[in-house]
Amino acid sequence: MPNYSWPPMDQRKVMGKRISRTDGVVKASGRAKYASDLNRPGMLYAALLSCPYAHAKVRSVDTAEASKMPGVKAIRVVSPAGTEIQWAMTEVAVVAAETEAQAKDAVRKIKVDYEVLTDHVVEDVEVAKVGARAKPSGEQVTGDVDAAFKESDVVSEGWYGIPVLTHCCLEPHGQVIEWKGEKMEYWPSTQNVSGLAGDLGRSLQFPAANITVHMDHVGGGFGSKFNSDRWGMECAQLSKESGRPVKWFLDRAHEVVIAGVRPSAYAKIKLGAKKDGTILAWESESWASGGFAPSGMPPIPYVFGNPGSGIPNRRMKHLGVSLNTAPQRAWRAPNHPQASFLTCSALDDLAAKLNMDPLELFLKNLKYTPRPETYEKQFKKAAELAEWKKLWKPRGEQKGAIRRGLGIGINQWAGAGHASTCRVKIHPDSSVEVELGSQDLGVGTRTVIGQVAAETFGLPMSAIKVKIGENAYPSSGASGGSTTVGGVCSSTRKASVNALEKLYAAVAESLGAPADQLEAVDGRIQVKGNAAKAMPWKAACQKLGVNSITAEGENVPKQAAREGLNSAGAAGVQIADVTVDTETGVVKLNRLVAVQDCGLVVNPKLAESQVYGACIMSICGALMEERIMDEITGRVLNADMEFYKLAGIKDIGEIVVHMDIAPEHDKRGVIGLGEPPAVGGVAAIANAVSNAAGVRVPTVPATPDRVLNALARRNA
Amino acid sequence: MSFEQDPDVQKKGFSRRGLLKGIGVTSGVGLLEKGAEAQTTANVQGPGEVPITLNLNGKPVKVAVEPRTTLLDALRDKLDMTGAKRVCDRGTCGACTVIVDGKAMYACTMLAIDAQGRKIRTIESLAAGANPHPMVKAFVNHDAQQCGYCTPGFVMAATNFVERSATASLTEDQVKDGLGGNLCRCGTYMGIRKAVVEAAKEMKGARNA
Repeated sequence: MPNYSWPPMDQRKVMGKRISRTDGVVKASGRAKYASDLNRPGMLYAALLSCPYAHAKVRSVDTAEASKMPGVKAIRVVSPAGTEIQWAMTEVAVVAAETEAQAKDAVRKIKVDYEVLTDHVVEDVEVAKVGARAKPSGEQVTGDVDAAFKESDVVSEGWYGIPVLTHCCLEPHGQVIEWKGEKMEYWPSTQNVSGLAGDLGRSLQFPAANITVHMDHVGGGFGSKFNSDRWGMECAQLSKESGRPVKWFLDRAHEVVIAGVRPSAYAKIKLGAKKDGTILAWESESWASGGFAPSGMPPIPYVFGNPGSGIPNRRMKHLGVSLNTAPQRAWRAPNHPQASFLTCSALDDLAAKLNMDPLELFLKNLKYTPRPETYEKQFKKAAELAEWKKLWKPRGEQKGAIRRGLGIGINQWAGAGHASTCRVKIHPDSSVEVELGSQDLGVGTRTVIGQVAAETFGLPMSAIKVKIGENAYPSSGASGGSTTVGGVCSSTRKASVNALEKLYAAVAESLGAPADQLEAVDGRIQVKGNAAKAMPWKAACQKLGVNSITAEGENVPKQAAREGLNSAGAAGVQIADVTVDTETGVVKLNRLVAVQDCGLVVNPKLAESQVYGACIMSICGALMEERIMDEITGRVLNADMEFYKLAGIKDIGEIVVHMDIAPEHDKRGVIGLGEPPAVGGVAAIANAVSNAAGVRVPTVPATPDRVLNALARRNA
Repeated sequence: MSFEQDPDVQKKGFSRRGLLKGIGVTSGVGLLEKGAEAQTTANVQGPGEVPITLNLNGKPVKVAVEPRTTLLDALRDKLDMTGAKRVCDRGTCGACTVIVDGKAMYACTMLAIDAQGRKIRTIESLAAGANPHPMVKAFVNHDAQQCGYCTPGFVMAATNFVERSATASLTEDQVKDGLGGNLCRCGTYMGIRKAVVEAAKEMKGARNA
C-alpha cells in the first residue's frame, strides 16, 4: 500500500503556498466561456411565460397565435390545463425562437386562462397570522427544563428573526442543449458536473450515458445549482422538437424568485443562567418557511447544543410554515446562519441582562461546544484583532446619537471531502494531465488540484494540466457542503502517488535502486535523499517508450478519516464592529474580524478569499438583503438587483481575516471552507447593532426602519 | 472624472450614476424625454433587423440588429464578444460595463443603434495570455475574483477609472468611490481595492515612461 499521507507541513513546496489561481487571467480578461456565453451554430433562444398569481389553477393555455409569430420554432406548455400553481412566477410555457426578442414577442401572445385563488399566504414574520399554514413538527426535550429555570438566577427572553434570502447567482440558472438523435450535448451552469447527466436522463427517460456534460466555468451557485431543473428538461425537449441547439437562461426576475431561496427562521427563546453566566436552560419556539414546503428547525442551540455535552436542559418546539412562495434550495451552510443568529442573539441578550461582557459569557459556556479549546483560542485572537477590550462598552451605556458597538458570532461545519475519483496521466513527452469530473464555483478548484499534483510530482505548477468540467472524466461529487477541496485534493494525491509508483518502476533499473527507494523532488526522480543518483523528470518519462502511464485515485469518504487526507470539523468565530446613527437608524460596518480553521490549508490566498467573500455575504444578510413579499398580490416586490440589495464595494468597511493555520489543525487533513465563514457574520453584526443601539433589534437585515422601530419600542 | 457632471452620459445613454442623478434633478417625464431623444438616431427603422457599423476596439464591425437590440445583446449574441455579461439587465450591476468614447457605460442600457459612430472598447481589447493588461494582472495577483462572472465588468470599470484619474497613486478610498457602479455576489471587493491601486501604478507609470 503506497503512502498517501500529506508531506510534513514544513516540507511542502507548492501546497500551503499563496499561489494565484491558475485560471485567473482567462477569467479576468473576459476570455473564459461560461455556459451562458455559448453561441452554437443554428442556436435558438428560449423565453419563459410564468404565472402572475401566487395561487391559481390553469384552466387553459392557448399557444396557437404564439406559434405563428416570426422566428418561433417550438413551444412547450409546462403547466397544462388543470395544474394548480402554488407560487407566483411558476413556469407555464416556454418558447424557442430564432432570437431572444422573437421568443419574448411570442410569449406575449400565449393566452392563459386562470382560476385565481385568493387564499395565498406569503409572509411568516408573524406566525399568528399564518393560521393553519403552520404545522407543528415535533418537540425535542433534554434534561429537566422546568427545574433548571427555577434553579436559574436570571432568565432572559427574546424573539429573533431572519428572513428569506435569494441566491441571486450572477450567472442565472440555465443551459444550452443540443439533442441530436441518440446523443445529447449539455452545457449547464451547475455545481454538479458528474451528476447532472443522470439527473436529466432520469427526467427525460434518456440514457445518461449518451449525455455529454461540459462546463468550464460557473457564475455562482451557492447551493442552488445541483439539479437539471425544469428548465433543463424543457430546454432539451425544445431542442428535440426543433432539431436545433437551444439556449435558455432565466432572466433576472425569474432568477431572483424561482431559482433558489434560503428559508427564513424565527424564534422566541428563553435562557436561564447562573449569576456567573453559566447557562442552565434553553427553551425555544421556532418557525420557518422554505416556500410551499415548510422548513425544518435550524440546529439550535447552535454550537452550544453539542450532542452529549451541550446546554443540559433544553426544550425546542418548531412549526413548519407553508407559504405560496418558490421553494428553498440549499444555501451556503443550510440553516446554520439562521441557527447562529438565533443562538448568538439570545446569548448576547442574556449577557446584557446579567450586565456581563458577552465575550466572557461565550467563553464561560464553551464547555457546551464540540471544541472548547479551539473556540477559546479563536475568541481570544478575534478579540485582539477587533480591539475588544478597548472598544467594547456595555449595552445602553453610550449616550450620543452616533454610537459604536461590537458583537459576536460563531460557526461550525463538517466539510469532509466528497467521493471523488481522479485520473492522472504521465506522458512520455513528460507532460502530466489530471482529470476529474469536478467544477470550480470560484474556490479555485483547478488551482488546488494542480498544487497537490505538483507537490506530489516535485514539479512546478506549470507542468500540470488540470482538466475538470466534463462528465467524461472520472466522477467527482457535487460541490455542496464544502466537500470539494477535501475530495479532489485527496483523490488527486492518491492518483498522483499511484502514477508515480508506476514511473518509479519504469526507471528503477536505470537508477540502480529498487522502486520503493525512489522519490520525486525538484523536477527529478532520485534515490531517496541522494541528489547525485537522479534522473531529470523528462528523462524519466522518456523511459516510458510509447506508453503513457494512467493511474486513478479515489477518495472514499468512509475511509478518508483513517487515511488522514481529509476530515470533518471546521470552527470559527467572528466579531463585528459597527456604528449606529440612532437618529436615522443607519448602520455602518466598521470592521468584521473572522478567525477560521479548516484543517490543512492548501492555498492560504484562495482560502482567505473564501472567508472575505463569506464575510461580505454576511454583511449583505445582516444589513441589506431580504426578499420582500407583497401580501396582496403574493408577488416578490424586489425581483431585480436595484431593490434586492447587495453590498457594493463601499458598503463593507474593513474585513480582517485570520486563518487559524496550526499543526494541530493541519494534522486533521483538508476540511472544507466554503460554508463555515458564511455562518457567524450575521449574528456578529446583529449583536453589534444591538450593542450600539442599546436595544435589541430583533430582526435582520438591520435596516434603518428596523433600528428606529426597536429604539421607538424601547422609548414607548 | 465624475459621471454625474457629464451631460453627455445622460444624453447618449445611461450609467447608473447618471440615472440616479437624473432622478434627483428632473421629473420622471424629463427622463422619458431624454430616453426618447436618445433613440432618434438617423436612418434606422424597424421592426426588422437593420445593418449598422460599430467602431469596436478600433475596428469597424458590420452587424445587423433590430433597433431594440441593446449594445450588450449585439456584442454577446451577434458578435460572440461575451466578456461583457448580462446579469441584472437594467443598469444596476455593471457586469456588462464597456468603455464608450472614453467613459464606462452599461452596455445593457444602451441601444446598439445608438452606439454607432462612437468608440466602443470591450474587455476583449485588453491583453490576456502570458502578458496580460496590468489591470487583469493585478486582479489575478490580488485574487480579486471568485466565480468571475462580474469580473470583466469590474476590470473595465476599473480600467476606465484609472485611465481617467489624475494620479497614479490612488487610495483604496478613491477606488471605493470610483467603482460604486458594480456589484459582486461572491464578495471579492477586498482584492479589487488592492488590485486597482496596484494596477494604477503600472498603468500610469507606463504612460509617463
